[in-house]
Amino acid sequence: MNQNDTARHDALVLKVRERFGNAVLDVDRSFDDCALIVDRTALRDVLLYLKNEHRFNLLMDIAGVDCMNLPKYRERFELIYMLYSVPDDLRVRVEIAVPELEMDVPTVSDLWKSANWAEREAFEMFGFNFVGHPCQKRLLTHHEFVGFPLRKDYPIMGGQWCTSTSDMTEELNEPR
Amino acid sequence: MGIDQSILPATKDEAGIVTTRLDEIVRWGRKNSLWPLPFGTACCAIEFMGVVSSKFDISRFGAELVRFSPRQSDLILVAGTINYKLAPVLKRIYDQVAEPKYVISMGACACSGGFYDNYATVQGIEQIIPVDVFIPGCPPRPEAILDAVMKLQERIAIEPVTTRGRPRRHEVTEKMKDPR
Repeated sequence: MNQNDTARHDALVLKVRERFGNAVLDVDRSFDDCALIVDRTALRDVLLYLKNEHRFNLLMDIAGVDCMNLPKYRERFELIYMLYSVPDDLRVRVEIAVPELEMDVPTVSDLWKSANWAEREAFEMFGFNFVGHPCQKRLLTHHEFVGFPLRKDYPIMGGQWCTSTSDMTEELNEPR
Repeated sequence: MGIDQSILPATKDEAGIVTTRLDEIVRWGRKNSLWPLPFGTACCAIEFMGVVSSKFDISRFGAELVRFSPRQSDLILVAGTINYKLAPVLKRIYDQVAEPKYVISMGACACSGGFYDNYATVQGIEQIIPVDVFIPGCPPRPEAILDAVMKLQERIAIEPVTTRGRPRRHEVTEKMKDPR
């Protein structure tokens, strides 16, 4: 944690607001962190802007959240992108709300290679559909698995038997 | 094993003949030369390294020749968490192990899923392959693993030599209480 992170976050938020206006729905500044809650239609533009103009060259992780039965949230799912800038030693989060009936999200696997597996994990665990992903297959659960285990309505002990090992030729033939 | 007194050599320098039953000598050989295959997936496998190493030394029980090919081993030591994605791999490796084959389930995860009460973890490997000895613990002490090997040796010493029609576990357990 850098001493002047707060000031740098202030400057960043100002610039992002200036550029995207109403697409920035909210800014969460708790615990010395900075989270930009943006409109889902503007997600890819915001991430592209942060990567190109503010040197956020590392996508650390993509986290899904199931907000089922939490009245505070407008939509059922949330998707959180955690960015880190290696040259500036600065972190920022970008969050979007995703409705249950419309889970298409644009992929960012062409911007950061780490998004490839992170998006596959978010897909298998919550059911987000990353439009344009080169190989949207299950990553941690097996290929015969049905359902999305980190959704709140999935039974916690709902293990599913796997009868065969999976074929990985598609991953191997992916362009890199 | 017994020695037939009538055919003992007359002097010490002459070669002697030891007679025994075939079953006995095969069992004796089997129980003292187990070739373990460590199916290590978690921290229990680290504990197994301690058992093989000099301080605890599993070679005192004839089971030190660790092999990483199922075709060269006859004892699978499942040490660690087995999840549903890995289940078909474990089953196939078990199928490839040379007969007669034995399985030791090491640690809480392999025995019952441990504290992984969730959708990803198999709740005990006995749902996939038959287990001869369970070792509780998280991870078990090296002494517990040696104890399991000794328990397995006790079992091998009384079980039929032919692999076909191996007795079910409860029959063997009954017999272990009274080997005669």
